[in-house]
Amino acid sequence: MKITADDYLVYDDKTGLYRRSAEQSVRDEVEKHYWLNVGRSIVKDWRLYLMLVPMILVFLFWRYFPMYELLGCFKHYEQVKPVSEQFFSGFSYFRTLLVGGERLSVEFWRAMRNTFLLSFYGLLFGFPIPIVIALFFNEIRSNIARSVYQVLTYLPKFMSTVVMTSLVTMLVKQGAVTTNMGIVSQLLVKLHLVSFETANAGLLNNPAFFRSIYQISGVWETAGYDSIVFFAAIISISPTSYEAAQIDGANKMAQMRYVVLPSILSTIVIMLISKIGTLLSIGYEKVLLLYNTNTYVTADVISTFAQRYGVAGAQKGIAAAAEMMNNVVGMLLVIGANTVARKASNVSLY
Amino acid sequence: MKRKIETSERIFQVISYVLLTAFALMCLYPFVYAISSAISGRQSVEYSQVVLFPKQIQFKAFSRMFSNNMFWNAYSNTLFITFYGTVWALFSSILGAYALSKSRLLFRKFFNFFLVFTMWFSAGIVPQYLNYLATKKVFNGIGIMDDKWLVVIAMGMAAMNIILLRNAFEGVPSEIEEAARVDGATEMQVLSNVFLPMCKSTIATVALFFGISRWNGYFWARQMISNGNEHPLQVYIRLQLEEFTDPEAMAAWNEVYASDSVIYALIVCSIVPILVIYPFIQKYFAKGANVGGVKE
Repeated sequence: MKITADDYLVYDDKTGLYRRSAEQSVRDEVEKHYWLNVGRSIVKDWRLYLMLVPMILVFLFWRYFPMYELLGCFKHYEQVKPVSEQFFSGFSYFRTLLVGGERLSVEFWRAMRNTFLLSFYGLLFGFPIPIVIALFFNEIRSNIARSVYQVLTYLPKFMSTVVMTSLVTMLVKQGAVTTNMGIVSQLLVKLHLVSFETANAGLLNNPAFFRSIYQISGVWETAGYDSIVFFAAIISISPTSYEAAQIDGANKMAQMRYVVLPSILSTIVIMLISKIGTLLSIGYEKVLLLYNTNTYVTADVISTFAQRYGVAGAQKGIAAAAEMMNNVVGMLLVIGANTVARKASNVSLY
Repeated sequence: MKRKIETSERIFQVISYVLLTAFALMCLYPFVYAISSAISGRQSVEYSQVVLFPKQIQFKAFSRMFSNNMFWNAYSNTLFITFYGTVWALFSSILGAYALSKSRLLFRKFFNFFLVFTMWFSAGIVPQYLNYLATKKVFNGIGIMDDKWLVVIAMGMAAMNIILLRNAFEGVPSEIEEAARVDGATEMQVLSNVFLPMCKSTIATVALFFGISRWNGYFWARQMISNGNEHPLQVYIRLQLEEFTDPEAMAAWNEVYASDSVIYALIVCSIVPILVIYPFIQKYFAKGANVGGVKE
């Protein structure tokens, strides 16, 4: 707020004189003693501020200090020196990755492409299926039957990533002289979806199958659980809406179109926006646990690229730079999605 | 009045039942197959005679695993990490969220941004790795030699969960808090006697989220815990899988059960405890899916 002379001097009609404004002197007083008041308030509520300390420390040490270490991607990495003492290398790592034209940059662009494709396909298949399942749940009239279906479909969500990937690995494992291939591979061969030779060599060793395995296991794991949100939205629709539609002669498809869909549209939009926001932060653990040297072509994403070169290998600067680019784009997506959500529906995701 | 069921409605209902049954069986089948394979004989597993029910039943794969000390070690490490990790994360989040929910807290906007920014931007794997290495050095320097404590204290904090708690605390009517204060309650008493009981279900949900993420944690535990005796269950399962799916190493396998049975037995053992507590936590699990991430 801009302070003008009028704020200080007020014309008094009775006496015909200017006098000092009482409100402004109070405001001045508060302004002058701002930090004193802050101090007083903190002393008074010291318990409240003490409560913040553990949380702040955890986030400071293990979320914000790594961001400082991120400066290393602008510097010549040397293991023995702390980041502050390394020499600046400018954008050399970024240049190597983006336009280097060598193996690193080829692998970087491949990983970038895979990151986009894996998340995009994940959205394409992973998003509509829970909605459809929620619609199906709504058709089950018996409560007991519905609970049984729900318990069964939530089941895969309870497994950890390691257990899930182990199971997948076993189900599509390669065959050998003495052992047969995994049971799912056999089923696929029986259905003539893959040839015997391909399946026997192990589907996880074949880059052509990685994306399908990744997406199908993803849907299998989360579709049931993700349908909870949509199902909650569907059962909150009042039965009178359906009845009114029936009286107007709406059949099932028309009811879907004019009753159910408008009612759950806001939920769908919110979930879609939040999914788009997290598009680039796909879980690296699952890829890391499922991929191998044979499938880098389709499986390697930015996080696993960074893990391979930065954690397992010694090119920390390059790896950090690659992931930083990915995360900055991801952050822009999150902020953009959140802004859109707030504008569209007055609902903020965070 | 019983209304006439339309043909289109009946068709849709039949489709729902058929497809849901198919999907439910798809979800169930791998578990049944894992159990059957774990207790079937070598011939039937290796030549895939096991499709649904176990054949040539044996329990040697289980007894091999149970007699292995490493397995019990891994299990107790996971319980240790899950328990202390959840307690520590809940402790710091509840206190922090309580303070953040108070409008008289100064710089509240700044503290909120401080949290939310970590959801927008993460430094990535490599800086985190260097950071954990440095932390490990500090921890060893002050005499904490167990890397388990590093996993418990440094990892698994989530800004999202703190925000869920904060929203729940903000939903408590201020009259109740004032009434408690008039009766002379201190800050801690207000929190423990008013806010905690009123937000029980959110706290349970958040505790469940923390617990699940600690139980499932794999990557950082494998990177940071150097002593094999301290590996949690997830790391142990993965190491076993890597060992047992190596065809050359398994060529010399010579037991009455298949090497696969050991992996299936491990998988079964890591799922069973969750299935046992599932009926008790299901309510909060479903609630968690609904509150996840949306703030009015």
